[in-house]
Amino acid sequence: MRSPILQSATKYLLPILLLFSFFLLLRGHYYPGGGFVGGLVASIAFVLHSFANGTEATMKILRRKPLSLIPIGLGVSTVSMTAPMLFGLPPMTGLWFEEPIPVIGMIGSSLFFDLGVYLVVIGVILTILFTISLNNLTEKD
Amino acid sequence: MIDNHILAPVFIHLFSALLQLIAWRKTVSQRFISVGGSLLGLLLAIRLFDKVYENGILTMNASNWEAPFGIVFVADLLSVTLVLLTSIAGFAVSIFSSTGLNRQRMLYGYFPIFHFLLMGLNGAFLTGDIFNLYVWFEVIIISSFVLMTLGGRKAQLEGAVKYMAMNILASTFFLTGIGILYGITGTLNMADLSVKITQVQNQYLVGITACFFLIGFGIKSAVFPLYYWLPSSYHTPPSAVAATFGGLLTKVGIYAIIRVFSLLFAFDVFTQNLLMGMAVFTVITGAMGALIKTNIRRLFSYLIVCHIGFMIGGIAMFTKIALMGTIFYLIHDIVVKTNMFLIAGVIRQLRGTMDMKSLGGLYAEYPKISLLIALVLFSLVGIPPLSGFWPKIYLFQEAFTQQQYFFVAALMAGSFVTLYVIAKMWSEVFWKDVPKDVEVENKFEPLPLIRKILLILPVGILAAVTLYIGLDAETIIQLVDKISDQLIDTRPYVDAVLGKQN
Repeated sequence: MRSPILQSATKYLLPILLLFSFFLLLRGHYYPGGGFVGGLVASIAFVLHSFANGTEATMKILRRKPLSLIPIGLGVSTVSMTAPMLFGLPPMTGLWFEEPIPVIGMIGSSLFFDLGVYLVVIGVILTILFTISLNNLTEKD
Repeated sequence: MIDNHILAPVFIHLFSALLQLIAWRKTVSQRFISVGGSLLGLLLAIRLFDKVYENGILTMNASNWEAPFGIVFVADLLSVTLVLLTSIAGFAVSIFSSTGLNRQRMLYGYFPIFHFLLMGLNGAFLTGDIFNLYVWFEVIIISSFVLMTLGGRKAQLEGAVKYMAMNILASTFFLTGIGILYGITGTLNMADLSVKITQVQNQYLVGITACFFLIGFGIKSAVFPLYYWLPSSYHTPPSAVAATFGGLLTKVGIYAIIRVFSLLFAFDVFTQNLLMGMAVFTVITGAMGALIKTNIRRLFSYLIVCHIGFMIGGIAMFTKIALMGTIFYLIHDIVVKTNMFLIAGVIRQLRGTMDMKSLGGLYAEYPKISLLIALVLFSLVGIPPLSGFWPKIYLFQEAFTQQQYFFVAALMAGSFVTLYVIAKMWSEVFWKDVPKDVEVENKFEPLPLIRKILLILPVGILAAVTLYIGLDAETIIQLVDKISDQLIDTRPYVDAVLGKQN
């Protein structure tokens, strides 16, 4: 089932949803939101794209397997968790840059932790959903 | 004293798992990372143990939040001893699984999950926060569930469903207990709880919470009415996995019972009698189960249940000598039980089966390996001066002093049954000739030398540790003495966590 309405809507929705997910990721430190919710919204964006254009097309924009996002995300989180130990602080302590950066605001190690969670969530959800949908495709053929 | 590096044994396994995820499907590099990571973990655990033995209790406030508010990690002697034992067992299993496991399982991520499991175990031993303990329990359950189902044979899935159902139930009880505890005291930090719980007006509610914890940890450590998931699931996964489970997972439950009942809940007569009753029945039912099993791994599973009873009985008496016996037994049990399941794996490699009826002739064919295995079996039975002998002296002594004659009887019955089934196994598996109608499928002989060494070496390492525990019992007794002092008088623990002058 290919619907031209959904296809053309997705063309605009995908970047907007991704932008929104990034917004959720950034505001997570002061308000509700953060890496997990942001990751969910981002993966929903890709799932919507795969509904409209088929899983193969979505795999093409992603360029690589979503599975590979899991170790990357986990690595980013782990490094941001253990980095304070190098400065003689307990692990998971927030390290902050002194000056705020325009638009984004204060940047600290907890942002990188959240970024890692964001990537892991996208990786896990897309891996699960794509595995299911690709299995269905092969069964139909 | 504050030490920011006490989580190093946890992080090392996280890093190894991470590197293995990056090397997804490259099984050779995964094996190297696994053995290297476990070795490094072992060294870090030795370092941590040494530090705590010299300097006393170390603490670390995660994220630099002050103690009762943030999550605190505490390394006292009991924790670091168990972390050290976990690392030794983990190292041995990691060597064993680098060759004793088929490639299919490795492709589906055996090694990363194995390291997540070790990470969870180390974390559970080191945390000083009751909710964080729950989180580590979840890490352990999820990884163990994946390890158990990896391979997807029907028997495995059947065992895994029982395992998962019972463990989710245990977690629910545990979580409910935590909820009530938080409701009546307003804190989750175990040291803080131990101060505040004495000021609670409604002590009945505290007693009920204690029972919730007892049920939750009781399921996990497989005590009497709640044990049946263990023998019906531990024989299904491959031996390397079963070794980690049999050696370590039930002991986390025991650790949690010791920790919670030493710090939070004072024993009253009711709980004490309840625990003692559970202990006696656990020993008896475990022993009876072990008597009739012919599959080696099922036999070992029932022996685990039987010996858990010894430790529960020691906790129920809760005096210094009883605790010394319990913790000595815990130390001995982790090493020996891990080794037993590895041995079951070796026997399977040698003969292609684990059913005693179709086994035989191992002593004639492999005298050296058999002698090594005999050493471990003797330790399990508790022949003096091997490691199973010493803790039982303490348990007997204290049971007589406290006139717990049922427990004395259970201890004797349990020990005799262990002796009997191990003797039966020895004669069936090692002495008797291979039955005539059985075709021997020896997978061990065609292996290259290096892989043979990798299969036998972990058994040797663990046997050496057992031998050390037995022959140098005095050092271990001094250690156990210090540990039980810390458990009986929890002031130093509370002071170390909450004390202002760090």
